[in-house]
Amino acid sequence: MATLKIPTPLRSYTNGLAEVSVRGASIAEAMADLTQKFPALKPHLYSGDGELRPFVNLFVGENNIKDLQGLDTPLDENARVILIPSIAGGKEIKHEGHNGHEGRK
Amino acid sequence: MTLRLSKDVLSQIHLHGEQAYPEEGAGFLLGADEAERVVQAIFPLSNSREDAARHNRYLITPQDYLKAEMEADRLNLSLIGVFHSHPDHPNRPSEFDREWAQPFFSYIITSVQSGKAVESRSWRLIEDRSQFVEEKIHITSPVSP
Repeated sequence: MATLKIPTPLRSYTNGLAEVSVRGASIAEAMADLTQKFPALKPHLYSGDGELRPFVNLFVGENNIKDLQGLDTPLDENARVILIPSIAGGKEIKHEGHNGHEGRK
Repeated sequence: MTLRLSKDVLSQIHLHGEQAYPEEGAGFLLGADEAERVVQAIFPLSNSREDAARHNRYLITPQDYLKAEMEADRLNLSLIGVFHSHPDHPNRPSEFDREWAQPFFSYIITSVQSGKAVESRSWRLIEDRSQFVEEKIHITSPVSP
């Protein structure tokens, strides 16, 4: 099984575990296994429409899955996946841009 | 909920906000979350947002997150929160703060008015992610070296 490293703020949902073994041949399957094992994690990883929240970054080894095949990135049995949040915020803006939507990195 | 930190740590947070002014400054809170939540050190970071957005947004990259986690491990501490400044703005979390917030973390927000840090307040996201609630900041006396 692949190993998935959990960041500090989410460890209260994995019984304090910093690393979790997950089944799956792809990142999508591994994440499904993770949230099946720890359902309370789901709202903090996925938005209401089922999309990964924008602050969720997943690395396979040192490579961000955004630079690989996204959620379809294949995993081998010994893969090491790291979940790292981007931390962001900022003060209230009275008038957003034309599309009223923040750029996301 | 109470967040304990020393006057010295709070001064470091305020100084970082003043040095970043008129942009937003941010970093991590390192400490322990046992019977009490105590901030023992900060890990200040540079703001990774593009130049034009740094006056009202901050971003800490995954790479910087890993650096902070390594520093916390080195000090035998944990990442327990994030601090950031709101230049010329109240120290209340914005909707954008809420959307991007992590559970568990304490979020210290410092209002920096005309370059001078005036007040910090701390907040935590509630479980259903719908809002922040304020946690009391308890300032402890300086510890002799």
